[in-house]
Amino acid sequence: MSTTTATVAVTTRVLTQVRRDHRTVAMLLVMPCVVMTLLWWMFEDLPGDGFDRLGPALLALIPFIVMFLVTSVTTLRERTSGTLERLLAMPMGKVDFLFGYAIAFGLFAAAQSALAVALCVWLLDLTIVGNVWMLLVVAVVDAILGTALGLFVSAFARTEFQAVQFMPVVVIPQILLCGLFVPREALPRVLEVISDVLPLSYGVDAMQTVAASHDTGEVWLDLAVVAAYVVAGLALGALTLRRQTP
Amino acid sequence: MMNNAVEVRDLRVVRGGNEVLRGLDFTVRAGEVTGLLGPSGSGKTTLMRSLVGVQRITAGDVEVFGRPAGAASLRAEIGYVTQDPSVYGDLTVAENLRFFARILGVPDSRVAECIGLVDLTGQAEAVVARLSGGQRSRVSLAVALLASPQLLVLDEPTVGLDPVLRVELWESFHRFAREGAAVLVSSHVMDEADRCDRLLLMREGRLIADDTPDGLRRATGTHDIEHAFLTLVREEVPR
Repeated sequence: MSTTTATVAVTTRVLTQVRRDHRTVAMLLVMPCVVMTLLWWMFEDLPGDGFDRLGPALLALIPFIVMFLVTSVTTLRERTSGTLERLLAMPMGKVDFLFGYAIAFGLFAAAQSALAVALCVWLLDLTIVGNVWMLLVVAVVDAILGTALGLFVSAFARTEFQAVQFMPVVVIPQILLCGLFVPREALPRVLEVISDVLPLSYGVDAMQTVAASHDTGEVWLDLAVVAAYVVAGLALGALTLRRQTP
Repeated sequence: MMNNAVEVRDLRVVRGGNEVLRGLDFTVRAGEVTGLLGPSGSGKTTLMRSLVGVQRITAGDVEVFGRPAGAASLRAEIGYVTQDPSVYGDLTVAENLRFFARILGVPDSRVAECIGLVDLTGQAEAVVARLSGGQRSRVSLAVALLASPQLLVLDEPTVGLDPVLRVELWESFHRFAREGAAVLVSSHVMDEADRCDRLLLMREGRLIADDTPDGLRRATGTHDIEHAFLTLVREEVPR
């Protein structure tokens, strides 16, 4: 068995599982569009460019949050149902398992973000100075970041209820400090430093740069930082996949 | 002529400060169905997990086909069925098997064969979550059979099954054994003992008997394994 066969097998299986759950598919695809429309509507009668200012950040946040939740719950299910133990007792690399999940949810995030971006750009007139395709790339990388962190924290939860509780711990501080509410350089020094080490800050920065300029170099730099966190998250996730338990 | 598939020497496992397995010595032979019997909580699952290599052991030696348990080369050679069916509830029977077949590197033709072996051909396209508990555990068994393993470790595979199916499953365990596999089946139901070629009786982390069903009855002067078990427990010197 080659590594790619196993990775593809895991990806195909995860996609089949998600596809079978029609309600989840509908939620995953429709929810971001509803949220973006709501944001657009809120600023509809107000002067200024509120939607243009907040829209890109939200496009970065949504795939991150959704994939974090989906991944932490599905991998936790895999841990508690015994299927993970069964897989690890088989000749399967841990990397195959992690990549399989990351690719599956990355693909899902691409579909989800494509819809949301298309809606924002063509129907809601979101101003995008840079390349629209780059918005998609940033959204997918952010989604994979959510998947990587979700895989990691699922090791510390025993129930799905606990897994969901990691959202306030891991996700909400990142949302508060990513520059959405207060520009990062205007934060108190300590918070600015914290914001500098949180990966989502770079994801949101990348999205805002695409929206406001043609500076793709800056975007790739931010994405490289996010990618480094993805690799670190997956590596930590691999450490939590134990073939032997006490 | 009987080969030892599993050799265990002085196996000890401590979990959370409790000594779950307290120094076990036994073998499991190829070509036989070995029954692992004992009340629930006696350590049967921990013992089976140690053989499969997913349980960290505290002391002792566990060798499977001459290699230490948990060795990477053993992963495709052992079929392990946990008590709770370890399959995906939101996939169909065939999808589950196809997935595990790919992970094991087994041709897709094995999928239909293994579904047939556990008598689920009619349910191949049914989503596992909609099946009955007994059918779900058979899906789990089918997955364990995919790679035609030479050692089958089955943790209470017949719980909750109807009697007809139970007989059929035991017949297939013997068929695997006749084809040369070593089969280790655990149960807390003593009346399944007579279906085994050999019995390992367990209580509180120790083996209290290792014999054939007939030998056990003779040695204890009893008519059934339930009474044999009681006799052995009463004779046991308190430690």
